[in-house]
Amino acid sequence: MKKNSTIIPMPFRYLINIVLFATFLFVMNSLITSGAISKYYAGVISFIGINIILAVSLNVATGYLGQLPLGHAGFMAVGAYTSALIMKAAAGAGIAFPFALIAAGLVAALFGLLIGMPALRLKGDYLAILTLGFGEIIRVILLNIDNVLGFKFTNGAAGLQKIPKTTTFLITFIFVGITCFVIHTMMKSRHGRAILSIRENEIAAESCGINTTYYKTLGFVVSAFFAGIAGGLYAGNIGILNPSAFGFMKSIEILVMVVLGGMGSMFGSVFSATVLTALPEMLRSFASYRMVAYSLVLVIVMIFKPSGLMGTYDFSLNGLLDKLILKIKGNSDSGGGKALSGKKEGNANE
Amino acid sequence: MSLVISQLINGLQSGSIYALVALGYSMVYGIIMLLNFAHGDVIMVGAYVAWLVIVSFSLPPAIAIALAIIACTVLGVVIEKVAYTPLRKSPRLSLLITAIGISFLLENLAQLIFGAGSQQVPTLITGPSIDIAGQHIGFTAIITIVVSVVSMVALTFLVQKTKMGKAMRAVSEDMGTAQLMGINVNSTISFTFAVGSALAGIGSVLYCCAYPQASPTMGAMLGLKAFVAAVLGGIGSLPGAMLGGFCIGIAEAVVSAVGLSVWKDGVVFAILIVVLIFKPTGILGKVINEKV
Repeated sequence: MKKNSTIIPMPFRYLINIVLFATFLFVMNSLITSGAISKYYAGVISFIGINIILAVSLNVATGYLGQLPLGHAGFMAVGAYTSALIMKAAAGAGIAFPFALIAAGLVAALFGLLIGMPALRLKGDYLAILTLGFGEIIRVILLNIDNVLGFKFTNGAAGLQKIPKTTTFLITFIFVGITCFVIHTMMKSRHGRAILSIRENEIAAESCGINTTYYKTLGFVVSAFFAGIAGGLYAGNIGILNPSAFGFMKSIEILVMVVLGGMGSMFGSVFSATVLTALPEMLRSFASYRMVAYSLVLVIVMIFKPSGLMGTYDFSLNGLLDKLILKIKGNSDSGGGKALSGKKEGNANE
Repeated sequence: MSLVISQLINGLQSGSIYALVALGYSMVYGIIMLLNFAHGDVIMVGAYVAWLVIVSFSLPPAIAIALAIIACTVLGVVIEKVAYTPLRKSPRLSLLITAIGISFLLENLAQLIFGAGSQQVPTLITGPSIDIAGQHIGFTAIITIVVSVVSMVALTFLVQKTKMGKAMRAVSEDMGTAQLMGINVNSTISFTFAVGSALAGIGSVLYCCAYPQASPTMGAMLGLKAFVAAVLGGIGSLPGAMLGGFCIGIAEAVVSAVGLSVWKDGVVFAILIVVLIFKPTGILGKVINEKV
């Protein structure tokens, strides 16, 4: 890469994105609070945010790390129940929702660590089936733990009800921003490069001195952490938790988002999470065909474009600006506008 | 005491079904290193075919059994040709995701066509029950156990003693070299899928004898548990798949017998986790070193 390939200096690159993202938040938030966007659509938009967090976090384990965990919904369930129980217990105490969300993320991360340490010593299929088993175990435990312990904890199949509905558009999308920012900067750091090298060739990475077990666990824990946060947001958005919502089906839904968008592309995950959440809302009459379409999408994408719609391409606003500035300057030598970095900003263009 | 024995027989019966399915998993995994997620759903299709033949066309059970097995075999080969062959050179992850996609496609198509509810499958096999040492054993239990043991023996013979079996073993060892030795890799793999799916077909018939219902999601859990059985016994090993199937079946029966049947699924996956941590090669599996 050329030395001067980044035209806009570093702090400004972040600044541009932050300003644009804040503007997006402000405009959308005022539209929702003023009632220009109905309550129903506000709920759908919150769901889009939650699914973006889920897809982007699964992308860490699937796209960047190259593993196939099938228990993402399990982490989400852990986070959802943690946050819901905290919010219910502290209904009067006034514990802020963000703290409950962080707690949800931490508990999910702990589970990620517990399941990741043994699971990540295994390869591909074994890991897939082990995480799948883990997700099922979480579901079975949530269903039956009340009968064993003898007190009302998860409320079994009836579900946990009357959870304070504290999820708002603003808090959801602030967490979307944090998730994308943290994962993006992590992937651009040396830890991120170590994680990518494991995807490319695990044996080669190991022989270069990369502690593959450590980095695999790291990627897995980060992935679980944000899934937990998404779970907490989900609990606050819907108000009722039922173990059956976190089955294998949910894990596959998230996987479809990642695979369709492109494994290893954060922009792809954001894009396909948005489309795949918004589209079923618009096509309500085709609801029964939705899962058939999802499974067909999985197979067709794998056969004809295994890298997904976006491949590993990531949209970079600053990269685009760089190119534009170069063009205006009339400096059109090839590859001059190739951006090195820039915070990915999928949401600002919605 | 009689309760213990009857639970043991229940365990052996469901274990035999797991074993039959696990044999199919193990064969496919052995030859192209693919965890065929759709295998369990092939069983579901078999059960629906049996139900359809008897209820809608009112044909005798014997024809239903034959058609179910044939349908499973054909479906297995079609899945392999349509979905897995184009991806043979792709990364394992793509293949695995495709398998999950196919599995979901079958489940959701069944749900779309037959509805989400379960259908009552009429009795397929009837016969006299037997009393051994004062213990009453149902005919289907005996048939299930006998058929699965016979299948395992026949399969071992096929793999170890016949020319096709030799080709299968060669392909599983090194696909490129096998091709150079004049083995038709494509037809060998298709044959493996056909045999595995035929076993799934037999499994679906026996499953319908034990639990006479067909539902779109019946194959998913059955398939996963059979995979656990295959891993427990050592994947790629035929007697291991059998042994693993029996172990899982009996473990389930024991858990149900002590009154914890709601935890049944959890226990099976806990077994999987323990096996994968302490002996990833399974009971009878052999260690395979990864080549750089």
